[in-house]
Amino acid sequence: MTLRDLINKLLGRETASANTARERLQLVLAHDRVDMSSLSTDLLDKMRKEILDVVAKYVEIDFDEVAVSLETEDRMTALVANLPIKRTISGEIQFKNIEKKNKTK
Amino acid sequence: MKSNRTILICSGKGGVGKTTLTANLGIALANSGSSTAVLDADFGLRNLDLLLGLENRIIYTAQDVLDNNCRLDQALVRHKQEPNLALLPAGDPRMLDWMKPDDMKKISNLLSEKFEYVLIDCPAGVEDGFKNALAASREAIVVTNPELSAVRDADRVVGILNTCDIDPIQLVVNRVRPTMMANQEMLSIEDVTSILSLPLLGIVLEDQQVIISTNRGEPLTLSSKKSPASKCYLNVSQRLRGEDVPVIDPNKAKKSLKDKFIKLMQTKIF
Repeated sequence: MTLRDLINKLLGRETASANTARERLQLVLAHDRVDMSSLSTDLLDKMRKEILDVVAKYVEIDFDEVAVSLETEDRMTALVANLPIKRTISGEIQFKNIEKKNKTK
Repeated sequence: MKSNRTILICSGKGGVGKTTLTANLGIALANSGSSTAVLDADFGLRNLDLLLGLENRIIYTAQDVLDNNCRLDQALVRHKQEPNLALLPAGDPRMLDWMKPDDMKKISNLLSEKFEYVLIDCPAGVEDGFKNALAASREAIVVTNPELSAVRDADRVVGILNTCDIDPIQLVVNRVRPTMMANQEMLSIEDVTSILSLPLLGIVLEDQQVIISTNRGEPLTLSSKKSPASKCYLNVSQRLRGEDVPVIDPNKAKKSLKDKFIKLMQTKIF
């Protein structure tokens, strides 16, 4: 917040529009950039299922807690999968999250 | 001849100043001694000839070159005051129906054999016209205004350029109003460069002289009188040539009491 913003706030005036512009732009671009990588929700669901199938071959996953999503930062969109493991196949119980990152442009 | 550069001038959105930048950069590069060709790739709505004041001297177009109706040098229109600059005019809009990226590549290859700089004035949009022009280019300058819709469309274009082996991709922020930026009523240069994450080639100040020069068909860089925008265009051309000069600072000329006050108001307090 700048001095100008503070004075505007105290006087009950609207904040400078450049801030609004920046925020709106960042929001709309986050959407646009994910669209560009052409990953629809259907595709994401399919990918999620396949990733889980592979991982489930080696470890037991807590299926209720699984989260797979796309996160966009700057020009990079990252696939972030959070797969809580209940136990390994050998039987040891571990409470550890595996995080997988797969960068796509 | 040293390595020739084929540079796409694009923006996504229309009306942000691609053609004006192409004309002024073309004149400035030619004036500094480099043979330069400007290619109007906007077949639908061609205007580059008009901005350069060459509209009455067009005999053949890019279409005639492709059809082998004429040789390349017959179609090129040399600028009278700046003989280092030549325009290859766009053909008629019906060309859009059959034109392929390879056709555009052929034209730009012919040009880059003869000219040090080939500037391609790209049509607005991200459709076929843009893709044709893109196929013919090795570098790109993305032009945008410090304004939501222009930046958004530029982002689209950058996304496509990034997948097409175009390097470098540089940014020109056009129609900059320093006072509005200082008052935080306009996206700042830093906002635009960081959002698009592109290196800044230069900025161009908002300047009424641009309209006057368009009326006359004489690009600003042609005149010996230097208006604010004209200085900016020269700065962009120097930086494009690789000269080590800083980007023009929009706030540099302003040192009045009012401007100091404006600066104080921008102080970050938390």
